[in-house]
Amino acid sequence: MTDVIVPQIVGGEPAYAVHEEHGPTGLMKWITTTDHKVIGLSYMITSIVLFYVAGLLALGIRVQLTTPHGTFISFQQYNELFTMHGSIMMYLFAGPFAFGGLANYIVPLQIGAPDMAFPRLNALSYWLYLGGSIMMLLTFGVAGGAADFGWVAYAPLSTTTYTPGIGADLWIMALVLTGFSAIFTGVNLITTIFYLRAPGMTMFRMPIFTWNMLVTGILILIAFPVLTAALVLLFADRHFGAKIYAVTGCHTVTGAVDVHACGSAVLWQNLFWFFGHPEVYILALPFFGIVTEILPVFSKKPVFGYKGMVFATMSIAALSTGVWAHHMFTTGTVLLPFFSLMSLLIAVPTGIKFFNWIGTMWRGQLVYTTPMLMSIGFLLAFLMGGVTGVMLASPPIDFFVHTTYFVVAHFHQVLFGTAVFAGFAGLYYWYPKMFGRMLNDRLGKLHFWLMFVGFWVTYIPMYVLGLSGMPRRVASYPTGLGWRMWNDVSTVGSFMIAVSFLILLVNLWVSWRYPVPAGDNPWDGHTLEWFTTSPPPHHNYTHLPVIRSERPTWDYNHPDAPNIPIHGDRGGGTHPNGHGPYGNGNGTGSPGHGDGASGAAEEVPAT
Amino acid sequence: MKIESRLLLAIGVFFGIITICYWFTSYEDGGTLMLIGATSLGFVPGAYYFFWYRRFHGHKYFFWGRTNRVVGTRPEDRSDATIADGAGVISSFPGSSVWPITLAAGAFVLLLAFVFGTWLALIGVSLILVALVGVTAESRRGGRY
Amino acid sequence: MRRAQPSTSWHALDLRLRISAAVWLVSQIVDQSPSGSPSVASAPGPAPAPTSSSPQPARHRPRWLVALVVTAGGLLLAGCNLPTFGAHRAISTQGQDSMKLWQGFFITGVTILVIVFALIMWAVFRYRRRSEAIPRQFQYHTLIEIIYTAIPIVIVLILFGFTFVTENNVDALPKPKISVTVTGFQWGWRFHYTTKHVTVIGVELQDPEMVLPENETVRIYLESHDVIHGFYVPALIFSRYAQPGIINKFTLNLHTLGTFRGQCTQFCGLYHSLMRFRLKVVTPAQFAAWVSAHQSTGPEASISNAEKTALARSTGHATPTTTTGGAGS
Repeated sequence: MTDVIVPQIVGGEPAYAVHEEHGPTGLMKWITTTDHKVIGLSYMITSIVLFYVAGLLALGIRVQLTTPHGTFISFQQYNELFTMHGSIMMYLFAGPFAFGGLANYIVPLQIGAPDMAFPRLNALSYWLYLGGSIMMLLTFGVAGGAADFGWVAYAPLSTTTYTPGIGADLWIMALVLTGFSAIFTGVNLITTIFYLRAPGMTMFRMPIFTWNMLVTGILILIAFPVLTAALVLLFADRHFGAKIYAVTGCHTVTGAVDVHACGSAVLWQNLFWFFGHPEVYILALPFFGIVTEILPVFSKKPVFGYKGMVFATMSIAALSTGVWAHHMFTTGTVLLPFFSLMSLLIAVPTGIKFFNWIGTMWRGQLVYTTPMLMSIGFLLAFLMGGVTGVMLASPPIDFFVHTTYFVVAHFHQVLFGTAVFAGFAGLYYWYPKMFGRMLNDRLGKLHFWLMFVGFWVTYIPMYVLGLSGMPRRVASYPTGLGWRMWNDVSTVGSFMIAVSFLILLVNLWVSWRYPVPAGDNPWDGHTLEWFTTSPPPHHNYTHLPVIRSERPTWDYNHPDAPNIPIHGDRGGGTHPNGHGPYGNGNGTGSPGHGDGASGAAEEVPAT
Repeated sequence: MKIESRLLLAIGVFFGIITICYWFTSYEDGGTLMLIGATSLGFVPGAYYFFWYRRFHGHKYFFWGRTNRVVGTRPEDRSDATIADGAGVISSFPGSSVWPITLAAGAFVLLLAFVFGTWLALIGVSLILVALVGVTAESRRGGRY
Repeated sequence: MRRAQPSTSWHALDLRLRISAAVWLVSQIVDQSPSGSPSVASAPGPAPAPTSSSPQPARHRPRWLVALVVTAGGLLLAGCNLPTFGAHRAISTQGQDSMKLWQGFFITGVTILVIVFALIMWAVFRYRRRSEAIPRQFQYHTLIEIIYTAIPIVIVLILFGFTFVTENNVDALPKPKISVTVTGFQWGWRFHYTTKHVTVIGVELQDPEMVLPENETVRIYLESHDVIHGFYVPALIFSRYAQPGIINKFTLNLHTLGTFRGQCTQFCGLYHSLMRFRLKVVTPAQFAAWVSAHQSTGPEASISNAEKTALARSTGHATPTTTTGGAGS
């Protein structure tokens, strides 16, 4: 084709048109696949199905709370419902959707790799994840019902004395399976990024999404083994009589505490949150990455402060492992100032990211497609969730809103902002790449606006409820406290969100029934994945462009508009005045184009 | 390899510092142990990458010894590399394989055995064994394309 | 290299001046509020903050730093006069401390929220696509990046300072006059007045009532009989876990009479939602009378399983009955 093409050689043979025709077909093809794209899609489809399931559970919760003494479901069913809602959303949707689905599909494409480093391990992690998901859903069918101790499974409530059912055992085993699946994916992502980058794709030219997935992979390796170990200990407590968390038989009513006779209930919390808080960022960082891919593309500008973004990601990850006990402030057993300061400090790199996102949009040409709208929805949702997070990092404030609806509102704003707004932004954004056809933009915008309004209507009342003292995880609440009205508003909002997700289904159906071809690069994308065909061929690339910045496809398509620092003061002759973003001069337009152009097009590789 | 190794070593250093701070402010052993784990998570692979980074540049062990087989900077770490620089065999990628799902099914059944009864473990373990043998044989054959 | 280091040039000097001017303006405005509003009568209200009288150009410190300190400090000191932003009025001195911190955090948070929100909205509306032209591809600006790294650090450190002070006040353990051992169990509460031989027990819909005197130092010992519970009275602006194997201690200095609702916050099993109680604050004289009326001469009460089951059976009654007072009655 053009002069930048050099065939890659994979496995001793040219990368293009590799052997697909020899492999098995039909269902066997799916079962035996080791292609990261198929596995990524399987991950995404499974996790989105589970997202709908967990969303239905959430609707059940909301319906129960519309009246003060709700009788829609029993207390027992309510407890199962919120436990499974949390477990599925946290363990089986948000994480796997990001690092199993999108990352699996996109990261090898973004770094120009033919596949993940360990394709069979990749397949194994998907099947383990699917097994874990099936096991989790099985719990609804067993005697005694599903697990009913909340997704955090605080010991000693989760020991057999208080939760004897086998639903709890299945829940533990499901998490062991998905935990291993996550660990394998983490290893795979890190190795892929370290070893399979295309020539010229240095670490500091990787797209931010890939960077975030690398950091997420490391976080997974730090966090998930702790969870798996904690779960194994919990199982030992439940069935092998190990007294690790169990406190049966050491009552403290008389005030005498024999610490050697009983386990430590706080140990579970320490272990769980040592996993749990990094997990929050395992769920957040990939979605930060998605937004950082989308905002530049639809602003037609490079991401502002690329390196700052990378270091902010690293700082968030590093700090996130030192803040686990801010979930335990009210236990009275943790070192408050240390964890408070670390938690507050996370606001700094997060703030950097925010300003970088704004800087990316600043003076751009913003195009409001569905992914862009979703990303802005993310910015606003996460902004408020982040600010209330800073409040919660302060122990005295945490004391009085801990485990109330304030916390529920906070983490739903954060997680809904990331996993749903940014996650589905990613779906809308990469769907054309995955299937070669567009999603309907009109329906997408309808989806966005309904969801956006529903989001605020659902969660703002929860802040009010929390501050007026409504605890979380209650199946009924008394009359006369003015809680009913706010709960009703919240329920209305949740149904708006539900309807918006029906629109997504319609949209998927429309794109399946009446396909609109997308072409290889419908958004004028920046990163490498937009260089190949949609959907990409087996082993991804028949040829690659020369890589001279973190957005090779843009460089290839726009050789006259390279990245420049804000003043345009490299490359010599440019007059710096008036080029600042807040400057009073005529900083827009042509001056930026000529100066400093030294990158993308200068090299003409061999044919 | 340089940035990769430094990234991991930085993790180790960071957690090392945090571990020390945490231990001397709290004397709490659970959290400290977990932080020590995180520290080694940075140092162990970081040292491995650093080792290869040095070896690629002619040092046999970290800072000592010389090796004649100098690889130099990898194309993916060179900012001026062309695609042609990376030509050649990247790696061998196995084609379709039935063993991952077999192994996962084995693990699934094995874990179910903990809940529903030991007899299930028999099925689980045999599935896992079959899958392990299968995947090893497949790797020796070079995979089926 | 393409992304060479941008020079830390002084071309954005005018920007910096503008920012400092804006911050100075904010500090001027904020300066009005503490002195403008009267301090409340109850506590010896903070005299119009001494810090707030000095927005004059400080010696050599950067102005924005001064302005920030003044803003945060002024707001926190003015705490008493501010609304509670959705929370209850505090009924204890410890709660009042937390309330001030909450007000400070709330105002800071809302300010930041509004500023960032405005920036996003400005970008969203101002930079809509107007032409097909490719905008300037700028990517780095060291000075601005340093500014928006440094300012959050300063804010965070200030917030942490206030947090640290408040936290020490809230967690302080002065010598108590009255001690109460509070035990949470599935699904009720037991309040044992250690030196007075009074025990109050209640489960599910029979909310027990904890009676405490005002203006006394009360020490609460909090523990659990089975799983983890959360002792939470919204009006105290405070909560703490009741955990098996651990005794948590905290102090209350109540200063408002009345009855306040309390509830278990940490999910503890089937009837978690019904694990409620009341806190009744009375005068010391009333408290003494209450104690003598409920004093028991028998052995220390403890919760037997039979008693628990019996209480649990009685939850069918819709109306909350009165407290089961007195041990072994």
